[in-house]
Amino acid sequence: MNLEKLKERILTLVPEAELEENKQFLTFFIPAGKLHAMALRLKEDEDTAFDYLFCQSGADMGKYIMVVYHLESTKLGHAIVLKVKTEDRQNPAFDTICDIWRTAEFHEREIFDLFGIRFNNHPDLRRLLLDENWVGYPLRKDYQDEVNIVEL
Amino acid sequence: MASNNIYDTFVASLTQWIHNGLYHLLPPTWALIVELTIIGLVFLVFYALVGLFLVYAERKVCAFMQNRVGPNRVGKYGIFQTIADFIKLLMKELVLIKNSDKLLFNIAPFIVIIASFMAIAAIPFSKGLHAIDFDIGILYVIAVSSLGVIGVLLAGWSSNNKYSLIGAMRSGAQIISYELSVGMSLLTIIILAGTMQFSEIVQGQQYGWFIFKGHIPAFIAFIVFLIASTAETNRGPFDLAEAESELTAGFHTEYSGIKFAFFFLAEYMNMFIVASIAATVFLGGWMPFHVWGWTRFNQVMDYIPPSIWYLGKTAFVIWLMMWFKWTFPRLRIDQLLTLEWKYLLPINLFNILMMAFIVLMGWHF
Amino acid sequence: MKEDIHTPVPSIEEEEYHINMGPQHPSTHGVLRLVVSLQGEIVKGLKPHCGYIHRGIEKMCEKDTYPQIIHLTDRMDYLSTHINNHALCLLVENALQIEVPERVKYIRTIMDELCRIQSHQLWWASFGMDLGGLTCFFYGLRDREKILDIWEETTGARFLQSYYTPGGLMQDIHPDFQKHVKEFLKYFKKKIRDYEKILSGNVIFLERSRNIGLMTKEEAINYGVTGPSGRGSGFSCDVRKHHPYALYDKVEFKEILYQEGDTLARYKVRMDEMYESMHIIEQLIDNIPEGDYTAKMKAVIKLPAGEYYQRVETARGDLGLYCISDGNKTPYRLKFRTPSFSNLSVLDHISREFKIADLVAIGGSLDLVIPDIDR
Repeated sequence: MNLEKLKERILTLVPEAELEENKQFLTFFIPAGKLHAMALRLKEDEDTAFDYLFCQSGADMGKYIMVVYHLESTKLGHAIVLKVKTEDRQNPAFDTICDIWRTAEFHEREIFDLFGIRFNNHPDLRRLLLDENWVGYPLRKDYQDEVNIVEL
Repeated sequence: MASNNIYDTFVASLTQWIHNGLYHLLPPTWALIVELTIIGLVFLVFYALVGLFLVYAERKVCAFMQNRVGPNRVGKYGIFQTIADFIKLLMKELVLIKNSDKLLFNIAPFIVIIASFMAIAAIPFSKGLHAIDFDIGILYVIAVSSLGVIGVLLAGWSSNNKYSLIGAMRSGAQIISYELSVGMSLLTIIILAGTMQFSEIVQGQQYGWFIFKGHIPAFIAFIVFLIASTAETNRGPFDLAEAESELTAGFHTEYSGIKFAFFFLAEYMNMFIVASIAATVFLGGWMPFHVWGWTRFNQVMDYIPPSIWYLGKTAFVIWLMMWFKWTFPRLRIDQLLTLEWKYLLPINLFNILMMAFIVLMGWHF
Repeated sequence: MKEDIHTPVPSIEEEEYHINMGPQHPSTHGVLRLVVSLQGEIVKGLKPHCGYIHRGIEKMCEKDTYPQIIHLTDRMDYLSTHINNHALCLLVENALQIEVPERVKYIRTIMDELCRIQSHQLWWASFGMDLGGLTCFFYGLRDREKILDIWEETTGARFLQSYYTPGGLMQDIHPDFQKHVKEFLKYFKKKIRDYEKILSGNVIFLERSRNIGLMTKEEAINYGVTGPSGRGSGFSCDVRKHHPYALYDKVEFKEILYQEGDTLARYKVRMDEMYESMHIIEQLIDNIPEGDYTAKMKAVIKLPAGEYYQRVETARGDLGLYCISDGNKTPYRLKFRTPSFSNLSVLDHISREFKIADLVAIGGSLDLVIPDIDR
C-alpha cells in the first residue's frame, strides 16, 4: 500500500491522530485516552493489519514524556510510528497494549522501570532491569545519582 | 587349557604359604579371622588402586576424544593427578547441612561402597584367584550390586535439597528398571552355560567365548547388557541423575570432601564391576582366545597370562563405555524408562526364548 | 529454600513447587535467573528475573559521542559485535547521507557473515553441551578459534573488536585476510559435516528436540520473536531480505524458513544459516575492490535534529536502533531494540507443560545472550 493511501486509511480509522511531518516513517500523535481502542483498530483492520510491534520506547522530552510505538505489518510490509505523550511528570500513565501485542509486556515493564510511566491494566507491572528497592527513574533527564553516575 | 604360568603359580604358592603359616601359628578361629582380614585389606587396596587408575583413564580417554591432551602435569603423563585430587578432597571442609537427617546423610556413601565391594568379591581374576566361588555366583552379584540404589535414595532424601531429591528419585527409578534387563541378559548366558557358578562359566568357554558360541542371541544379550549396565551405573547417555547442566550435581550435590570422593569412587568401581561381569560372562574371563581345533594357535594364546587376558577384556569393555559417554547427548527420564520397558524388556524376553530353543536344538558351537 | 518475599512468584497450587535456576547455572548462558514453577517434572510456568548485567548503556549513550558509542554497542550482544557496530554506523551514515566506498561495504558484509558463523558455532557448542554431548563444546570452539585468529590479525582483538566506525573502518584489512578466509571456508565445510553426524543425525538428540517448545507463527509475530528462533516457526523476518543494507541486495542467498516451530526446526535454521553465510562470503571474497577504507568524515559528528531508526539482522534477530537527536554531538535518546529481549518473553509461554530437561533444550534453542537483554 503506498504511503498516501496508508495515511488516508489510518486517518479514517483513527480520526484523532495528528500527523508529524518529515519523519522516516509515517508518524502520528494519538491522544492518550484513545490509545488502546485505536491500536486495536489498527491491528484488526485488513488494510492496515499491523500485527508486529517491533519497538516500544519511552523518551523524556523535557516538557513532556512520551512513549513511541513502531508498528509493522508482516503481510502488507508497511510500517508506522505511533506516539502518545503526557505532560504529567509526577504520575504519567497510559493504557497497556500488551493484550494486543504480547511483546509489549516486557517493553512496558522496562519503560516503567526506567521512566516511571505506569501502564493501566498491565498484568505484572514491576521493575525489570533494576532492583526492586531502587528509588528513582534513571532515564529521565532530571535523574540525579551521586553514587552511580560520574559527571565529567 | 590355561597353563599354570609362573605368575599364577607364584600367587597360588604364596597364598598356600600364608594359609599354612597362619594355621600353624594360631588357633583355627583366629587364623580364619586373620586370613579374612588380609583378604579384605588386599581387596581394599585393589579397589582404591583401580578406582584411582580408572579416574585417570577416563580423563585421558575423554581428552583424546575431545581433541585435547588431558592431565599431563602432575607426574610424568599426569599419572599422579588422581592422587593429587584425592589429597585435595581429603582436605576439604565437610559442610554440615542444617535440617538434614544426620544419620542417613552420613551412612549413604558407605552403603554404595559396601554394595560394590561385596560384588567384586565374586569375580574371578584368574584360575583359582577367586575370593568367593558361590555356586549361585551370578545371582549373588546381581543381588548385591542392587543394594547400591538404597545409598542413592538415602543421599537424595537426607540432603534436604530439592535438586538432590529430584536427582535421587530419577536415579532410583532408573536403576530399578534396568536391573531387569541386566538380570535377563545374564539369564540368556546362564541358559547357554548351564550353570551360575563363575568358575564353571569361565571353564565352559575353554573352546570359544560365549559371545561366539551363542552367536545371535548371545550377541544381542551382550548389547543389551552393555546398555542396561551403563544405565545401572548412572553413566554415559543415562547420567541425568547427575546432569550437570540441569541440576548441578543431582543426588550428591550436598556432599563435599571425602564423602563426595566415596560416591565418585563407587561410580567408577561399579563401572569396573559391570565391565568385569561382561568380560567374564560374554568374553571368557581369564580364558585366552581359543578356537576349537587350532591347537597351535591355542598354545600361542596361552603364553599370555590369564590375568592379563582378564584385565585386557575388562579394559576393552570400559573403553567402550567411556566412548559412548563422550559421544552421545543424554536421554530424558521418560525416554530412558521408555527405552527399558518398551524396547529392552521385550527384546530380552524374546532373546531368552531364542537362546533356550537354540540350546535345545544344539544349534550352538 | 527461602523464597524472596518481595518478588511475586507463579501461583502455588496443590503439589507445585519452585526451583531457582541461576543466576549462576551451567546452562543459562549468562546471568539470568529463572524461577520455575514445577509439578513433579512438568513446568507449569516460569518467571525470568533479568538485570544482573544491566550497565545503563542507554543512559551512557546520552553522554557519549557517536564514535564512542561504537564501543558500547560491542558490549551488548558480544557474539555479534561487528553487526551491532554496523547498525550504529549505518544510522549515522544514513542520517548524514554519506556514501561509504564500495570496499568498505564488501569488507563489512564479509565481516558480518563471519560474525554470524562464529556466533552460531558457539551456539552449537553450548547447545550440545547442555544436552549432555560434552564433546560438541570442544569441537565447536576449536573451529571458532580459526575465525577469531582471522579477526585478531586484522583488527587486533579476538573479542569486542570495535572495528567499524561511522564512515568506514578503523583500519584496512590485513594483506593475508582473503587467503585466510578462503582457507577457513575450505576447512569449515568439512567440519560442519562432522557436526551433522555428531548431533543432527543422532537419534537421542532428535528425540530430545522434536516437538519440544512449539511456537506457532502467530505467536512468534505477537511476541516479536525474530531471528532464527522466529524463522523456525515460519515467520519471515530476515532484515537482510526485507530492508537490505550493505551488499545484501546484491548477493544471492536464501532466507531459511522452517514451519514446524519446535526446537529441532530452530536448530536446523541455524545450521543451514551457517551454510548460507559461507555462500555469501564465497561470492564476495575474491572481488573486494580497491579503494579507501573510510569516507571523509568531519571531526565532530552531529546528526541533524530528528528521529532515526536503523535495523540490522544480528545472529539473534532483528536489532533496532532508535535515535532521537537534537543536533548535538551526542544523541538525545538512543534506544536499542535488542532481539534477545523479545525472545526471552516467549520462553514462559512455550515451555509450559514440558519437562524441566526440555526447558534447558528450549532455552538453548532460543539462543539468548543475557547482556543483550539487560543492556
